Amino acid sequence: MSILFHSVRLDAEKCQGCTNCIKRCPTEAIRVRNKKAYIISDRCIDCGECIRVCPHHAKYAVSEHFNELVKYRYRIALPAPALYGQFNNLENVDYVLTGLKKMGFDDVVEVSKGAEILSSATREMFESGELKKPVISSACPAVVRLIRTRFPNLLGNLLPTCAPIDLAAKIAREKARKETDYSDEEIGVFFITPCPAKRTAISNPLCHENYGISGAIAIKDIYPVLVQTMDKLKTDEIENINDSGIIGVGWASSGGEAAGLLKERYLAADGIENVINVLEELENEKLNDLDFIELNCCTGGCVGGVLTVENPYVAKARLQRLRKFMPVSCNRLDDYFTIDDLGWTKELTASPAMKLADNVITAMRMMSRLREIESSLPGLDCGICGAPSCRALADDIVRGYAQETDCVLHNIQVGGKDDWLPAPFRMKVQNEESGDKNDS
Amino acid sequence: MEDVIKLHYVVPGDDFTRAGAASGDVKRTLKQLGISPAVIRNVSIAMYEGEINMVIHAGGGEIDVEITENGIKMALADKGPGIANVELAMKEGYSTAPDNIRNLGFGAGMGLPNIKKYTDDFRIETAVGVGTTLFLNVNIQ
Repeated sequence: MSILFHSVRLDAEKCQGCTNCIKRCPTEAIRVRNKKAYIISDRCIDCGECIRVCPHHAKYAVSEHFNELVKYRYRIALPAPALYGQFNNLENVDYVLTGLKKMGFDDVVEVSKGAEILSSATREMFESGELKKPVISSACPAVVRLIRTRFPNLLGNLLPTCAPIDLAAKIAREKARKETDYSDEEIGVFFITPCPAKRTAISNPLCHENYGISGAIAIKDIYPVLVQTMDKLKTDEIENINDSGIIGVGWASSGGEAAGLLKERYLAADGIENVINVLEELENEKLNDLDFIELNCCTGGCVGGVLTVENPYVAKARLQRLRKFMPVSCNRLDDYFTIDDLGWTKELTASPAMKLADNVITAMRMMSRLREIESSLPGLDCGICGAPSCRALADDIVRGYAQETDCVLHNIQVGGKDDWLPAPFRMKVQNEESGDKNDS
Repeated sequence: MEDVIKLHYVVPGDDFTRAGAASGDVKRTLKQLGISPAVIRNVSIAMYEGEINMVIHAGGGEIDVEITENGIKMALADKGPGIANVELAMKEGYSTAPDNIRNLGFGAGMGLPNIKKYTDDFRIETAVGVGTTLFLNVNIQ
């Protein structure tokens, strides 16, 4: 399983071995071992929550450096619409897009263009009635990975299409083939990404092959240079590049994709905890009256991506203002593709990462032992053993990855000697000398 | 010896924030065992409905679950008011839930019919003033 590509990585030198990340990981994919965090590869969904919470900045996302561009003769930028929300007093998206060209890109194709095509395609798919309702958006790669790891029952509800970035890449490649004489290898196509999950999806797409995306540059990495470049732009230099409207740019924040379907019965949830709650409800068939469910792992949607620079709410407010002057939509499916061009070519299967064993009887015996061990543990979920909870430690023990002695409290009997423990964990304060003083 | 996992839950009454905790734990356990999604779905929907019923009508109760390789047995017992007319209660859309419960989105009269729909065996023992116990079974093929 170690062959899986993950963009979320650990900088072991910076890691202090604290318990912040293990507690927040939605798939319990992190343990502390030898005073360092350790990511369990086949459980990680690259959501980036650990990057967000690490106080030592020891978690980071792999993305391409701007210098990578020199490897290619012809360079194309695919900016995520979330990028437009990062700038103060921006009146016109073309400032950003022209800025990218000035920085060294030969062409720019907006991801919001791909988004509008996908909105149009999804509307058609709903019309034809071939989708299993409620349809769950497959645009957030971390959500897709979360579903295959924790909610495999819902795989059939995922919208079986590629993402806006894939369509933007297809359009960009096709355009470059027509307009230039460069070979495919000489052309570099770079996504300007708000999050690590989308970088992972480029190297390890689950449902189709890579549509020619060479890499991804983090918004936070390109931002400082881009702002400087944009500042120097003169009004007459601004090119007319923007070719997407309210619907496409709307995808950057939560609810945008759903709104683009022009349907009323939808739900849009953002933030990993909220997403998990909605998926639980969906699994219990409590949301069957809905047509569409948009889920984004990051708070606020892609504008809340861990590789952005601006607060998601500020970015969202700016996008609302920018969108006001745009046409509703500039792109339709039939302008570029047919439905078949954007479907899945690989079957999306459940991840067995949480399963105890392949054989049910073996799994049941492990589960019995797991529950026994769990009930013998103190239930403090302190994380000192390196696992996020007592239950997770019990799980690790039955899988052979940990021992009961990893729990510092495992030997404590009720009524036994506990004066060696830190005060919060003692049954009662047994300090006779100072006891009276504390009472007064 | 047949392998069996026994789980026991106490469902507190009148606490909607905790309703679903027991069925959620069973769902999580079954997923880790590698039970098929269809079976997990049936168990968790039936048990969740039963759990909600306990909270709405009976002031809570207790649930016992037995998991074997052949199926999942559930016994949901409460000491609530009992059901006077079981036949009527099994009718889709029939509900005795008060308005405040309906305002929360519950009490559509689908509880018992749904539980029956999602289980392979369904038996109900009830006596007015004594309580109700549901015996449910979902088979694993």
